[in-house]
Amino acid sequence: MGMTFAQKVLAEKSGNDTVAVSQIVTVRPDHLLTHDNTSAIVGKIGDELEQYGIVNPDLPVIVIDHVIPAATEKNAAGHKKIREFVKKHGVKNFFDIGEGICHQVVYEKGFALPGGIILGSDSHTCSYGAVNTFASGIDRTEAAALLLTGETWLKVPPTIKITLKGKLQKHVTAKDLVLTIIGDIGADGANYCAVEFHGDVKNLTMDDRFAIANMGIEMGGKIAVFPVDAVTEEFFRAHGIDITGHPPVWADPDAAYMRELTYDLHAIEPVIAAPHTVDNVKKVGELEGTPIHQCFVGTCTNGRLSDLKTAADILKGKKISPDTRLLILPASRSILREAMKAGYIDTLVEAGGVLLPTGCGPCLGAHQGALAPGEKCLSTANRNFKGRMGCKEAEIYLASPATVAASALTGTITDPRKEA
Amino acid sequence: MAVWNYGNDINTDMLFPGKYTYTCSTAEEIKPHLLEDLDPDFAGAVQAGDIIFAGSNFGCGSSREQPALGLKAVGIKAIVARGFSRIFFRASTNQGLLLIECPEAVDAYKEGDEVTIDAAGGTITVAGTVYRFPKLPEEMMAIMKAGGLLEFTREKLKNRK
Repeated sequence: MGMTFAQKVLAEKSGNDTVAVSQIVTVRPDHLLTHDNTSAIVGKIGDELEQYGIVNPDLPVIVIDHVIPAATEKNAAGHKKIREFVKKHGVKNFFDIGEGICHQVVYEKGFALPGGIILGSDSHTCSYGAVNTFASGIDRTEAAALLLTGETWLKVPPTIKITLKGKLQKHVTAKDLVLTIIGDIGADGANYCAVEFHGDVKNLTMDDRFAIANMGIEMGGKIAVFPVDAVTEEFFRAHGIDITGHPPVWADPDAAYMRELTYDLHAIEPVIAAPHTVDNVKKVGELEGTPIHQCFVGTCTNGRLSDLKTAADILKGKKISPDTRLLILPASRSILREAMKAGYIDTLVEAGGVLLPTGCGPCLGAHQGALAPGEKCLSTANRNFKGRMGCKEAEIYLASPATVAASALTGTITDPRKEA
Repeated sequence: MAVWNYGNDINTDMLFPGKYTYTCSTAEEIKPHLLEDLDPDFAGAVQAGDIIFAGSNFGCGSSREQPALGLKAVGIKAIVARGFSRIFFRASTNQGLLLIECPEAVDAYKEGDEVTIDAAGGTITVAGTVYRFPKLPEEMMAIMKAGGLLEFTREKLKNRK
């Protein structure tokens, strides 16, 4: 019997020839991602850090991104504590405010590599499955222990195999695909599982794959992973990332799966996750005409160059509805610069958009773009939980950048195919 | 001892709103906001020894550990659910908070039923009927026994020297 991607990586990293599903192995992850929560993490282990130091200065990747620039004195003090920790312990991989959202930074800067393991104290760490990395979220306490010891246990997950066929239609995006999958299998449909994407993966761009892997946790997944192909290799080349010594890993043809699903990409339509769960998925048409007070294009799910292009193409030379507002948030400094060069930012701002700093922004309700009671937000983010954007009497709808941009023009939920 | 009973897909934003994530980290800061957007009565009324019942996918969403840390700090004896999201399961074990996956007990429970838990024996009794729940794997049991992952790690580091 062959092995799945998860089995192969966990076998290799734990020094075993093979591992079985549910087996628990000890691994040393290649990197540990932490962000603004680093201050709380290191605060737990002050004495131990004094006594033992960190296990390896190359292990942590620290990105300040969640509340940037600091909204309050308390946030500022947290950021200061992180900078002091970084200096004191010689942390090699540190990115201060403005570099980008942690997941985009990890991926652009080449920390996520084929067959590697990254654990991060953020649930969307699963995003790096886009480049064939075994990447999963953990809590702060586990991150603290990893800083000290560099090792932890992982249970070998069962795997769901999703085979993709064909191509997406115009104005239908990877976001629509992943929301459709989550709607089908449910918010816990992949709980504890690895999710592998097979089939016509070549028809998906890296931006598409990242958006899909990013949403892996919204179906409960431990990891969501793609194979390495020419598209991935081109991404590494374009970003100057050397993958020598990191051979791609993929499942054997006779690997055993817990469940197998097939999606015809041509049949996917624009969809929306309605409040207050990500699996409450409806066709855009079912919600058309719903008034939207705030439209949001950005985040670690959909703040990449192609997302901004999609929105800019729809809004070019037009103005958003006076009954709504539009927030734009590129996922990193490099994406912001590319989008400026390409004129997308100018187009979006001219259309009425408000440009936000390259961080997590309104997504988690800690600052910027909070909602008022009774308001509805249409967002390209990954979560629509009650209270998520700072107000429990507000509603969040999740959609693709195309749907959000088309809806910004009308101030109501609009099928992007009508704005084509 | 009270039993708090909730539904499916109770996410981490309901258990502890994201807007406090970067301003509240200690147990004392977390306690007043526990379950704020789910059940505004909870934080004021919860007592040590209380039990939470819930449906499937409890703790889904963010990796924030404040719900696990806070629920442990107020003395929640156990959370009994049809199922837990994996990050929450891990985070709770790392705080030494007992999670019991037992759909039969959840289905059986009715308001007012007496509930007792024998953690070592792996049983939960609801209105006189005994249900068994699976033992934690050895690795997680060792963390629970130490009282949480930080305590477990401190021991490990000490023994290394």
